[in-house]
Amino acid sequence: MDHNYQKDISGCGLTGLISTKKRMIGGADIVKSLCLMNDRGNGLGAGYAAYGIYPKFKDFYAFHIMFDEPSVRRTVEEYLKNNYKVEKVEEIPTFPVKAISISPLLVRYFVQPLKERLVGEIAEDDFVVNSVMKINSEVEGAYIFSSGKNMGAFKGVGNPSDIAEFFRIEDYSGYIWTAHTRFPTNTPGWWGGAHPFTLLDWSIVHNGEISSYGINKRYLEMYGYKLTLLTDTEVVTYLLDLLIRKHGLSIPAAAMALASPFWKKIDEMEKDDREVLTALRQTYGSALLNGPFSILFGHGKGLVGINDRIKLRPLVAAVKDDITYMASEESAIRAICPAPEKVWAPRAGQPVIVELED
Amino acid sequence: MFKSLAPPEYLATIDREKCIRCKRCIQNCGWGVYSWGGDKIVINTSKCVKCLRCYHYCPEEAIEIVDNPTKFKNNAYWGFHNIRNIKRQAETGGIPLTGMGSDLPYTILFDNLLIDACQVTNPSIDPLREPMELRTYLGKKPSSVELEKGKDGKPRLKDRMPPQIKIEVPIIFSPMSFGSISLNAQKVLAHAARECGILMNTGEGGLHEDLLPYKDNIIVQVASGRFGVNPEYLNAGVAVEIKIGQGAKPGIGGHLPGEKIPLEVARTRMIPVGTDALSPAPQHDIYSIEDLRQLIYAIKEATNYKPVSVKIAAVHNVAAIASGIVRAGADIVYLDGFRGGTGAAPSIIRDHLGIPIEYAIAAVDDRLRQEGIRNEASIIAAGGIRSSADAAKALALGADSVAIATAALITMGCTTCGKCYTGNCSWGITTQRPELTARLDPEIYADRLVNLIHAWTHELKEILGALGINAVESLRGNRERLRGVGLDTQTLDILGVKPAGR
Amino acid sequence: MFEIDAAGIYYRDLNARIREALAKGEKEVTVRNVNGQYYIGDGLSGNATIVLEGVPGNDLAAFMDGPTIRIKSNAQDNIGNTMNAGKVIIEGNAGDVLGYGMRGGKLHILGDVGYRIGIHMKGNKKQSPTIIVGGTAGDFFGEYLAGGLLILLGLKPDGPIVGDYLGTGMHGGTIFVRGEVDKKNCGAEVGILDPDEDDMKVLKNALTEYCADLGLDIKEVMSKKFKKLVPVSSRPYGNLYAY
Repeated sequence: MDHNYQKDISGCGLTGLISTKKRMIGGADIVKSLCLMNDRGNGLGAGYAAYGIYPKFKDFYAFHIMFDEPSVRRTVEEYLKNNYKVEKVEEIPTFPVKAISISPLLVRYFVQPLKERLVGEIAEDDFVVNSVMKINSEVEGAYIFSSGKNMGAFKGVGNPSDIAEFFRIEDYSGYIWTAHTRFPTNTPGWWGGAHPFTLLDWSIVHNGEISSYGINKRYLEMYGYKLTLLTDTEVVTYLLDLLIRKHGLSIPAAAMALASPFWKKIDEMEKDDREVLTALRQTYGSALLNGPFSILFGHGKGLVGINDRIKLRPLVAAVKDDITYMASEESAIRAICPAPEKVWAPRAGQPVIVELED
Repeated sequence: MFKSLAPPEYLATIDREKCIRCKRCIQNCGWGVYSWGGDKIVINTSKCVKCLRCYHYCPEEAIEIVDNPTKFKNNAYWGFHNIRNIKRQAETGGIPLTGMGSDLPYTILFDNLLIDACQVTNPSIDPLREPMELRTYLGKKPSSVELEKGKDGKPRLKDRMPPQIKIEVPIIFSPMSFGSISLNAQKVLAHAARECGILMNTGEGGLHEDLLPYKDNIIVQVASGRFGVNPEYLNAGVAVEIKIGQGAKPGIGGHLPGEKIPLEVARTRMIPVGTDALSPAPQHDIYSIEDLRQLIYAIKEATNYKPVSVKIAAVHNVAAIASGIVRAGADIVYLDGFRGGTGAAPSIIRDHLGIPIEYAIAAVDDRLRQEGIRNEASIIAAGGIRSSADAAKALALGADSVAIATAALITMGCTTCGKCYTGNCSWGITTQRPELTARLDPEIYADRLVNLIHAWTHELKEILGALGINAVESLRGNRERLRGVGLDTQTLDILGVKPAGR
Repeated sequence: MFEIDAAGIYYRDLNARIREALAKGEKEVTVRNVNGQYYIGDGLSGNATIVLEGVPGNDLAAFMDGPTIRIKSNAQDNIGNTMNAGKVIIEGNAGDVLGYGMRGGKLHILGDVGYRIGIHMKGNKKQSPTIIVGGTAGDFFGEYLAGGLLILLGLKPDGPIVGDYLGTGMHGGTIFVRGEVDKKNCGAEVGILDPDEDDMKVLKNALTEYCADLGLDIKEVMSKKFKKLVPVSSRPYGNLYAY
């Protein structure tokens, strides 16, 4: 185990939206919403995630990979060729932006694990997770920053409008969007450090700092996750993957495990609820996210917003027609939805769970 | 008689002008230092252990106990204890005994670890006004929770959780047997454990019926001497502990001297009065790990599956041993470090065998995680926890709870004089002499021990608050919030801790 | 009346324009199309009125010392931070940490508020702050309260009026809650009383102005029973430390 990692810390603003009717929404909205909160970041990181953007390749895992230098590309492609059917490879379209002088090589691959590589009882998803862990921890200078189906993350070092322009975010259309502007307090200048953090179709944007990071990381390592990104948000992504995908918890149950009610409240509950909450907390104590946070996590079927147990970071939600918005500030929602039907501030630890209609 | 060539360690002195000849010092000293010479107090200073009972009870503050200035020549290599032990051995041919944990100046890792605090990027939390949770559950946890829909559509547990022991603070009392300590001292522990929602541990001397009212806060112990072990005993507490070893004397058994075996102790242990109570070095039904498994499950069968704890001394290969214990079915692994206390141990063993608890916690926690079985058992760490800071560091290294004994005894008057094995404890703690044990009023001293646990609880909450976390789960194993000062790279690596400044 | 269109204007420029207008002696400034601009009214003194249309950003009226700000919409977090005098009227909901360390002046909020409202407000004989909330409030309402007046009305609750840890660390000041208060949701320092006649005068006085500001019927607001919360010990932590 490597104990000598340096943890990266940052403050930020976040925003997200979902159309439950799967209406395609252009990227311009999310960019506008995020840019309103420019002062929550410091221009050293921004990013976007969108769902429904690759309908033509929706059965393929879309790997977005950044290469610090082109030479490692060959190593990674060799690995992909040996393990995946590679349907399509292309550089992620980018547009020159004055403020962004240096960027890694950004390539996307639409892939499907080779059947013969799925030996034993390994599930396809687990195979993909293992590949992501392997490349991110073992191939210096290569980093898979997006690996879900029909979704993708776009992120880098820059302010929200520059990163949006760079990736031509306005050219994408999706039914779920999340976005993040970052205020890192040390400046690694590493593109991988920006949010969203993704794994499979989980994407996380996060405001705050996870003070329990150290134990969350060690807990995840016990289950084979390799934490390579030097930032606390990564643990949230992997915890959701572990609790929901691997352990089969529902989203509300997983939210209860990650931001558990206080014992005082649990003790007051009626027997069945108390037993469930007690068991969740006893079992997932090391997964408890402690410290200030508000988080949006997107996934293939919906969008969830949650904040910490004592509400140390802001989160506002609003609804208009089939769209639910969630953001650090109400004004970020009003920027793109001036007259919502309902606006509310979710209570501490109470998740806002929105699912796509079938 | 030949006068010992080992000079006394302490000089008991009386200011004759202040002394009013009230003889309280004579009454209070359990060691026979003072006697009445007809017109004044006579002092036999060679018997003095500096327990300070006389000083405390002298109404005129006439007594002063000083370190004997007539010592052997200072020598950086031949320490006082070396020379003194050789002289005693030359006189007796015996093994010098000692009590308490080792007092030799080995590096204390706790003192080379510092705890983090929040500034700006994450807020500290106010522990006095806002919730701060220290509650801990000891016992085996499943790796995941399975839920199913109940009739009302709400989620229900699919399987029952394995049995859990709830403690309100992750600080419990280490095992100390009736025999090694007095019944009153055990009552203090039991009373305070109940008051604080934590646990005391019978040690291996059986369970006196006076402790039955406290059974919900008691772990009963089964050790190599099998004193007082019967089905009722096994089922009396909330868990059963198998004692393999003790930090102060790894690998060896124990002799509770006959002086400490009066009728009550003898009755509870089911042995003759006044003989030495023998605890064999090994448990003779455990010569290998599969034998341990057999005993664990024999106890589980006999108790309808109460949690079983296995206590071992922290020795070189502690990680592999602990892993074996967990795989053998233990619900709790109790690690007792090098600095752990004892009522009686050969000083050569106490001072030279085993490893400090800090390494043991780190190694065991790491190993159980590497093997993916950390959830299978809770880790209790003991052996020299002196303060809530030590406790916090032990938790951050990976322990679920700490256990304290010496600190608890200090609240009862103990000054760590280290003469527990004589049975003369003037504070009534490690003695069975009725005139001495009567001094330890369980109610009064329980309040003092409760105060200590409350004070440490407050301090732990302050530490958590400074760390910006409001549940002890987030401290447990969170080595990211520790930094080493003046530790070498390899030690840091073993502890899984970064150096300060990184 | 002076008008500013804030659409798309960065907070620095907007606040500069407001300050400029007040410096010129404008007594009423209306700002239209506000959305998310931070720090409006911060540190301003005088007795002008600023009307905001739209949702202003965080830290509104911080250190403010006199003016009145009327927000015709919802508002965000950290309003009235360490405010010294003046008034903020909010015709909608507001966010977390309102009136932190407030020293004087008033916050009149029609709707719901978030967590940690009115924490560590101060007051003395010379000046005393007041926060009145028409809706519901989250946890830690009145935490560390050292002075001043906090009134929670819960006019149209769709759940509990107030969260947990109500008045925790309270060591001065008064909290009135319109409705019942459960001791288990209060800090250990809090005593729950029935208001006496003098209290009702204080309440009526404060609420009359509040109702006038927000167009409510004082009779209806006063129609339900209130509970009064006061600190029961001035030194609740006396036993916590060893000397």
